[in-house]
Parts: sequence; structure tokens; C-alpha cells
Amino acid sequence: MIGLTNIEKRFGDNLVLKGVTVAIEEGSVTALVGPSGGGKSTLLRCINLLEIPTSGRLRIGDETLEFRPGIKVATRDIRRLRLQTGMVFQNFQLFPHRSAIENVMEGLVTVLKWPVERARERAMALLEKVGMAHKADAWPATLSGGQQQRVAIARALAPSPKVLLCDEPTSALDPELAQEVVDVLGQLASEGTTMVMATHDLRLASKIAQEVVFLDAGVVVEKGPASVVFSTPEHQRTKRFIATLKQEAGEPQ
Amino acid sequence: MPHWLQLMLDSLPTLLWAALIITVPLTLLSFAFGLAAGLVTALIRLFGPKPLVAVAHFYVWIFRGTPLLVQLFLIFYGLPSVGILLDAFPAALIGFTLNIGAYTSEIIRAAIGSVPKGQWEAAYSIGMSWSQAMRRTILPQAGRVAVPPLSNTFISLVKDTSLAAAITVPEMFQAAQRIVATTYEPLILYVEAAVLYLALSSVLSALQTRLEVRLNRYGGFLEARA
Repeated sequence: MIGLTNIEKRFGDNLVLKGVTVAIEEGSVTALVGPSGGGKSTLLRCINLLEIPTSGRLRIGDETLEFRPGIKVATRDIRRLRLQTGMVFQNFQLFPHRSAIENVMEGLVTVLKWPVERARERAMALLEKVGMAHKADAWPATLSGGQQQRVAIARALAPSPKVLLCDEPTSALDPELAQEVVDVLGQLASEGTTMVMATHDLRLASKIAQEVVFLDAGVVVEKGPASVVFSTPEHQRTKRFIATLKQEAGEPQ
Repeated sequence: MPHWLQLMLDSLPTLLWAALIITVPLTLLSFAFGLAAGLVTALIRLFGPKPLVAVAHFYVWIFRGTPLLVQLFLIFYGLPSVGILLDAFPAALIGFTLNIGAYTSEIIRAAIGSVPKGQWEAAYSIGMSWSQAMRRTILPQAGRVAVPPLSNTFISLVKDTSLAAAITVPEMFQAAQRIVATTYEPLILYVEAAVLYLALSSVLSALQTRLEVRLNRYGGFLEARA
């Protein structure tokens, strides 16, 4: 239901994505893994058009957009596709001047024009889901990193996106706080939320993802079910990378 | 009662009246219009098309780079030569507005630039348009950063309105000058005027502190100590 076809992204002379094609099934969790600079973050940001692909085709549900070099995409089309997505950032990026619940309500009230009371109800339900209802009126600055990220997940889910995009959602957190976030994302996955996550966190990727896409130097080196790619990777490049990840995580190889 | 105190008390109503009907309105109006001009100029310089950016840059360059007194003289005494005749008050209002606009545009530009790029992305990621992101996410955070330097500009403006005396605006300082002309007591009258300016700016400083505390209620890097 999400289709990326032949996606290229160029920053000046630097070709960051070299024709990436990935299909993501509804209800599945896909982990984008690979070395830094390999293009996984850029690919993720191409899905909600924080980066506009230089060329290629993007489909989310029934909405499709074509990109060609030198042709500007209409702002209206960008927003139409973006509204099908929610995003969780590495550094949370909660709005610091709004309370936790106001952060979750913001998209519903400002963008979707929901009445405030209805938005508050939905926001509260989402905060309960991520275990943050008791901090609904707290300012983000008073929350721990893990708590902020859970509120950010609720904010991203508020407009009922077709897909939740997570850009290194646990990298800014120590292992204990990362665990709360892994737990919440795991619960969402088991409820059938479609997710795509760029991550270095083996625990996050191996625990939650069914599909793994290994990206290096802007191309898909290997993709397949997580159980296969993590245990018996086909390519040398993937083997080496997964070995380092396991070493970092302190797992026996 | 000593002579100096008597003189101060006698002249106080005149000075206060001048402050009330000229100094205060001139300050408030110039600052309000100047802030609006500053916001527009800042937005043009950050996001506008190239030719407009050049115009905005030129405007800031001229009004920051020339003395305020010279600007007032040009508007009030200079413009009539090209057929533009302005009364003293509107001439002063225009001069102060343009001057404040130039200074505040730099403050606002820096404040908007200080909001992390991630905040734009977060706003976009929940579907906001550029203007929604600006209004709901960026400007409130920029506002907090901009308040201390804007207050500085505001307090300077209160005092700078005394320059309008030179283009015949009957504000507080000119009222003091007029009384000096009849009483020959410059020391007493100018001390009195200075004290009144000090009182005005003290009130503004207090308001600034309250505003900062309010804007900082959500915590973070700018802890105000009230």
C-alpha cells in the first residue's frame, strides 16, 4: 500500500538515493537499516516529502505522485500525501510552548479543524495508549526523553495516518528510556499500525520489524523478512554490518 | 517649601500633560507600526523573492546607518522641498516608525532564525502549511527570544521621542524647554524631565520582566528571575 518506485534524491552533485524501489504492505513494520550516510533517513523523509525526491514515484494508499528532475511539485499535492503520514523524530521535536496534550491536539485542531473538545478526547485516548495520560498537562521541558518521545508518537498518530515513520526513534535515549519507546512501538505494531523506521537499534529492528531493507550508498543491498536478513544475510556487506550491530548490542554472534 | 521644589510641582502638570497626550501616544504608535514594519521586513529578508530582499536590505541599511535626528529633519524640513508637507506629529511618527522598523526587523529575523529547523519539520509532519507553521509554531517561540531585545528598543524609543522636540512636536521635553525659556531654571526643569523619562522606562522594564516570566512559563533555556 506504500510504494516507492525508482526513487532518486540528489543534493547538489551528491546522489544520495540511486533508484530505490521498496513496497510496504499495510499492517507491516519495515526497518531501514544500514550505515550512516547510506540514505535511510533520506528515504524515510522522502515518504512524507520533507525531502522531495529528484525523480521516481511515490504511492501511499490511493494517492500517487510522480517526480521528475526540474519539475516543481505543487504544495497542495505535497500536503495531500503528507497528511497520510505521521513522523517521529530522533530528537522528539515536541512543540516546547505547548503542553503534552496540546502537542497531540495541534494537528487535529489546526490542520483538520476538529472542535477542541473532540480533539482533546482523542488526544487523551492516545496519551493513555502511550502511557502518558498522567502527564497530559506537563510542559515538554519537564518530561524525560522517553516520555517526550512517547508524546511525540501520540502526536504523530493523532490524525490517523496510514503509516507511522520513525527516524531513529531511540538513538537519543539511554537504554532504559529507549526500552519504553520500544515497548510502545511494539504494542502499536501488534495492533497493526503500518510503520517504517530508520534505525541503528538492533533491539528495535529485530523485535518489531517483519521486513528489513538494508541500504548502503544509496542503493538497496538486501531486503527480506527480518528473521532471514538478521540471521542469514546473503551479502557480504550486510553480514559485516549486522555483525557490528550485534557486537554493539553485546549479543553473541 | 524650597524654590526648586515649588517650581517642579508647578511645572509637573504641564510636563505630565505633554507626556500623556504626545510622548506616550507617539511611543506606542511608533512602536506598534514599527513592529509591524519590522515583521514584514524580516519575513521578506528571510523568505521573500530576491528583488524584494534587496529593497528590504536597502531600507534597513539606510535607517540603521543614519542618525535618527537627521531622519526626522529630512522628513519634516526636507520633504516640503519636494512638495510633501507634513505636520510635526505625523512627521515624527513616520520617522520613528521607519527607524524602529529597521531595528526590530533585525531582531525578529534573528529570533525566527533561532527556532530549530526541526520545529518546522515537526509542524509540516503533522500537515501544517507554511503559514500555519509560522503562526502556531515558529513565531510563538521566536517571540520569546525576541522580547528582551525588543524591550531594549522600546525603552530607547521612549527616550528618543525627546528628539521630536527639534521638529516642533510639543512632547514632554519641549514642554520643559518652554518653561525654561520663561523661568531661566534649566537645571531644575531638565532634572525633572529626566526623572519623568526614568519613571516611564522603569514602568516598561517592570512590564518586560512580567512578560518574560509569562513567556518562560514552559521552561527551557531562558530562565527569567523575577
